[in-house]
Amino acid sequence: MEKYDRDAQQLIAVLLDIQAESGANYVDEKWSALCARVLNVPLSKIYDILTFYAMFSSVPRGEYVIEICKSTPCCFTGSREVEGWFEQVLGIKMGETSPDRKFTLSNTCCVGACDVGPVAKIGDEVYGDLTLEKVNTLLRSYREGLPTHREALACQN
Amino acid sequence: MSKLKSIVSEGAGHINPVDVADYLRIGGYDGLKKAVAMKPLEVIEEVKKATLLGRGGAAYPSGRKWEHLFHIPETPKYIVCNADEGEPGTFKDRLLMSKLPLRLIEGITIAGCVFGAKAGYIYVRGEYRKIQRRLLEAISRAKDAGFLGKNILGKFDFDIHIISGAGAYVCGENSALLNSTEGRVGRPRIKPPHLAEVGLFLQPTLVNNVESLCSIPYIVTAGGEAFCKLGRPDSGGTKLVCLSGHVRRRQVYEVPLGGVTLRELIYDPEIGGGLPDGQRLKFFHLGGQSGPIGSPEQLDTVYSHRELGKAGLSVGSGAVVVMNEDVGLIDYLTGVTEFFLHESCGKCVPCREGNKQIYKILKKLAKPGEATAADLALLRRLVTTMISASFCGLGQTAAVALNTAWKHFKGEFEANVDQSKPAAAA
Repeated sequence: MEKYDRDAQQLIAVLLDIQAESGANYVDEKWSALCARVLNVPLSKIYDILTFYAMFSSVPRGEYVIEICKSTPCCFTGSREVEGWFEQVLGIKMGETSPDRKFTLSNTCCVGACDVGPVAKIGDEVYGDLTLEKVNTLLRSYREGLPTHREALACQN
Repeated sequence: MSKLKSIVSEGAGHINPVDVADYLRIGGYDGLKKAVAMKPLEVIEEVKKATLLGRGGAAYPSGRKWEHLFHIPETPKYIVCNADEGEPGTFKDRLLMSKLPLRLIEGITIAGCVFGAKAGYIYVRGEYRKIQRRLLEAISRAKDAGFLGKNILGKFDFDIHIISGAGAYVCGENSALLNSTEGRVGRPRIKPPHLAEVGLFLQPTLVNNVESLCSIPYIVTAGGEAFCKLGRPDSGGTKLVCLSGHVRRRQVYEVPLGGVTLRELIYDPEIGGGLPDGQRLKFFHLGGQSGPIGSPEQLDTVYSHRELGKAGLSVGSGAVVVMNEDVGLIDYLTGVTEFFLHESCGKCVPCREGNKQIYKILKKLAKPGEATAADLALLRRLVTTMISASFCGLGQTAAVALNTAWKHFKGEFEANVDQSKPAAAA
């Protein structure tokens, strides 16, 4: 909040930063209350923002949120199959978090990478033209903390 | 001769995106240098001559927007760039911002100079985190080179800030975008007043799309007439088109408006290259989820605002989603409706409830014998209500795909309808 000069206009940016630093990709009540106090905005306004914007969560999620695009350009080039691969490899269903709290599987509406659909966004990176092999490589790379293994697979722009 | 052009996207991929010296080498900042020596109204005259229709999707004439704002006496004025590219099937602004961030910055700076604004904002969708970082880097380099910040070219001060969205399609609507920029939820505002009168922080504001603003340097450098001549007198210049779906060469292409047909876009070996593996075209979806669906009989329509409009189609954001014969129309439209169901902000009833009811009926239509003729009639009524009574562009266009698909593929809507039980269940 100091980074943004305690500016209430920067509320969304502040909340995005809090979520990114939370370790579990969410903004909890404690932090929401602190924001409300420091930025001098009603708590209800913070709740409004957290529930309005799709990127926020008020419940803990995995360290990495895997967002599989389900908009039509991806949907009809195989995103349903991709959902199945992630579910199979992680042993969880869409919307669930893995027991080790590493991954949450979710859907998203278009990440602007329809040229390489089907795509999934993990953290800030977008991975396209997904195959079962790529899904396996990606999950191994994130699980074992080996970023080099996934660099070549990330969308360059 | 190539059907493609390289005007707005010129240099993309060939220069270091954030290197000012590289950008200068391809004619970068020639537009700004020329603009600071011109009178503001002269610049606006060029934008008007260019017949630049807004590239975000609404196709509002940029020249008229600029002129309107110029004649509003209140200050300060703000320049806002709509970079909330959220229309599924659209990824042109991503290309411009990642490969040519300095061209966008130059375009915004020219606008800043024309309107005597002190601050500009680029509202970038939250999903483009990496692009936000690149823009920040480009802004900082432009400042170091004296093209941004204090005393630009010895004439004026102007700064640009990056604002991140957080995943809301409705924020692509300009008034919702301004609310979000102010740190609030992105629900649209009542208009009038026009945003040129009461915009960001209730001040006069210009809101333009990334591609529109990236066209400005060329318009100033080469002149509005030269830009206009690239396209048609009624819609000048070039358009970035995004091909996706079942097409061989999925990527962004810059084409002269009025210079190619839809058939060429999809099948020309230099552009889409046709559908892969001998697949046959069933339909195409133009301009994003909010745009119209067209059938193969319309392939010879020329790609320009007027020609597409006459055929009941539209340019929209420039998205062209190609679908093959294996795709069920009802299945596809269910996907589209699901998208709007998720993205409706909930402010007005036609959009919030309409999408919900359409979704229900489409689910019924997917199963043999579940829907009745009354459901179809209700579907038609919902579409009309949403188009005419929704509060903002989102609701007004959410049923466009359905409405246009109905024209070409009525049979597919009726295929599963149980004709033996009419008026029931509605």
